[in-house]
Amino acid sequence: MNNKTIAFPQLANYHVPISFFLKHLTDCNILDTPKITKRTTELGIKNSPEFVCMPFKYNLGNFIEALEKGANVLIQAGGGCRYGYYYEVQKQILKDMGYEFEFYTLTETDKVAIFSAYKMMKKLNPKLKFTKYLYYLALTFKMIHYMDKIDHYIRKNIGFEVERHSFENLLEEMLEMFSRTKGFFHLFKLYHRYNRLFRQLKVDKPKNPIKIGVIGELYTSMEHYANYDLEKLLGKMNVQVKRFTNITYLVITKRFNNKKLLKICNKYCKYPIGADGMDNVARVITLALEGYDGIIHIKPFGCTPEIGAMHILNKVSEDYKIPILYFTFDNQTSIEGIRTRLEAFYDMIKMRRSK
Amino acid sequence: MRECYLGIDVGSISTKGVIIDKSNEILSSCYLWTEGNPMDAVKRVINELRRKTEEKNILILGIGVTGSARKLIGRMIGANMVRNEITAHAVGTLSIFPEVRTIIEIGGQDSKIIILEDGIVMDYAMNTLCAAGTGAFLSSQAKRLGVDIEDFGDIAVKSGNPVKVAARCTVFAESDLVHKAQSGYKKEDIIAGLCNAIANNYLNNVARGKKIKAPIVFQGGVSKNKGVVKAFERTLNEKIHVDERGHLMGALGIAILSKESDLSEPFSFQITDMKFETKGYECMNCPNNCEIVCIYKNEDIIDVMGNKCERGLEQFYK
Repeated sequence: MNNKTIAFPQLANYHVPISFFLKHLTDCNILDTPKITKRTTELGIKNSPEFVCMPFKYNLGNFIEALEKGANVLIQAGGGCRYGYYYEVQKQILKDMGYEFEFYTLTETDKVAIFSAYKMMKKLNPKLKFTKYLYYLALTFKMIHYMDKIDHYIRKNIGFEVERHSFENLLEEMLEMFSRTKGFFHLFKLYHRYNRLFRQLKVDKPKNPIKIGVIGELYTSMEHYANYDLEKLLGKMNVQVKRFTNITYLVITKRFNNKKLLKICNKYCKYPIGADGMDNVARVITLALEGYDGIIHIKPFGCTPEIGAMHILNKVSEDYKIPILYFTFDNQTSIEGIRTRLEAFYDMIKMRRSK
Repeated sequence: MRECYLGIDVGSISTKGVIIDKSNEILSSCYLWTEGNPMDAVKRVINELRRKTEEKNILILGIGVTGSARKLIGRMIGANMVRNEITAHAVGTLSIFPEVRTIIEIGGQDSKIIILEDGIVMDYAMNTLCAAGTGAFLSSQAKRLGVDIEDFGDIAVKSGNPVKVAARCTVFAESDLVHKAQSGYKKEDIIAGLCNAIANNYLNNVARGKKIKAPIVFQGGVSKNKGVVKAFERTLNEKIHVDERGHLMGALGIAILSKESDLSEPFSFQITDMKFETKGYECMNCPNNCEIVCIYKNEDIIDVMGNKCERGLEQFYK
């Protein structure tokens, strides 16, 4: 063990595979970044530029809390919008606050390049062999892939669970087991075991439940704290939820899908409009054709790619006769406004169905 | 004995109550200011309705509650129907204007648009993040100009040459307004300009991207303002229907929903004699520090709200 302590921002349950990856490839301590709470967001908001997007503030809050707990190596990712600049700006802000740390980014370009990430890992562990790195990279992504598959099933069914919290409890157990994965075969066995267990959980699902698709900016749609547990609220209304955005999609599937998605939405969108803007247009069309009753589009305040997509979506919504509810999340803490709009959206869908 | 249903709409500014019979006819109604105390306002509404219906020999079979304080009040008076104001407004308006295609609603702090087709809500939107272009803005500007908000509409209609006021943001609209006043424009022109600004702001923000089709019904407190009605008519080039019961639509709608719900429990007017209290405290179990709101009825706890997780409830339900 050396004296390095690594921390990275929280994002849904993905801390499990990321910790797993780092734990096996370095001999540093891996810090469990504290879960996002009100304090995290307050710290983030206080130290961020006012008009930066919300995920930046949340990530910064995560970093501050991690540094307070003794982290000295921070890792950030990046993407095809302002996300790409998070690393630089957060580094400067934290330096100005007087913290001392090393800061690495996984994405020096807007793609997760296997080699640049290897170089980064090499800095943390100079003895790291490329083959070992590749092995654990593949294993970690397989784990993420399985998690996303299970998540997909959970979203479809959690709204109809018979025993309260049965899905959440089993998921927790599964993540705990996943974090102790020994290899591909072990992971494969674990996945099948939990897949079976999830399917055995009792659900009371009507034949044709109300189905809502969730689309939008990646962080707000994935991090439950940032979207006020929107999926849970929908679940409580007995709604089947589908969401495309997850890490498997963002890191792997997205790059092979571009052409296909452009083909789906070529009437509305002829080229990618940054981040997931075009993807979301295509998804609305896909969901509409799959018979979904409505779409919820979420974005943080000031998210440019999604603002671009929204205007196109209005047209899609009209042509495909599928209602879209738009949410813009910022630092407001009242959940009531969200509940009111969700409830009205649900009522509207029910009324439309009864026609 | 006539079987009746009670609908209450508790808004940020005003509280409305109606009693309807089985054929959705309004037997009695009441409208008063919330004054920041929804519990008390509801008691006053119920008292007034009781006084008005004393001789009619009615039996209340169900209560519906809507509006921003619906959860609290719903628990307090044991409502069988608690629903959001969008649904309530749509149902209420449809019972009076079955053909309506667009409902414009501008209230004290929020504004919404509801698009209907064949009596079904097809789309809706509500203002987000900003209260520009709502009643609160109008009343603060009325104060600045030294005009009673009730006279606002009548003054605006007199104007032949409304000034142009920036419509996007309340703060900028206000600085525009100050500038116009200081350059000596007539008060009625400024007021008419403000009314136009409200209409434009609404159409640019809330109704953005929505197709507004006639018949159009305009509701909410601001609909009482003739200047804004005229501004909408001019911009949209359509007749705007304003019903004199427009402010009661939410209450009417929720009363109808209460009638249609299967659950029903007879209600007595005794509720007004009971003592209700809300206490808030911060749950210190984690750094979320959820603000837990407890509602007491005669010292007994009847509901706890505001907790993010189960831990917040532990000390109440053991």
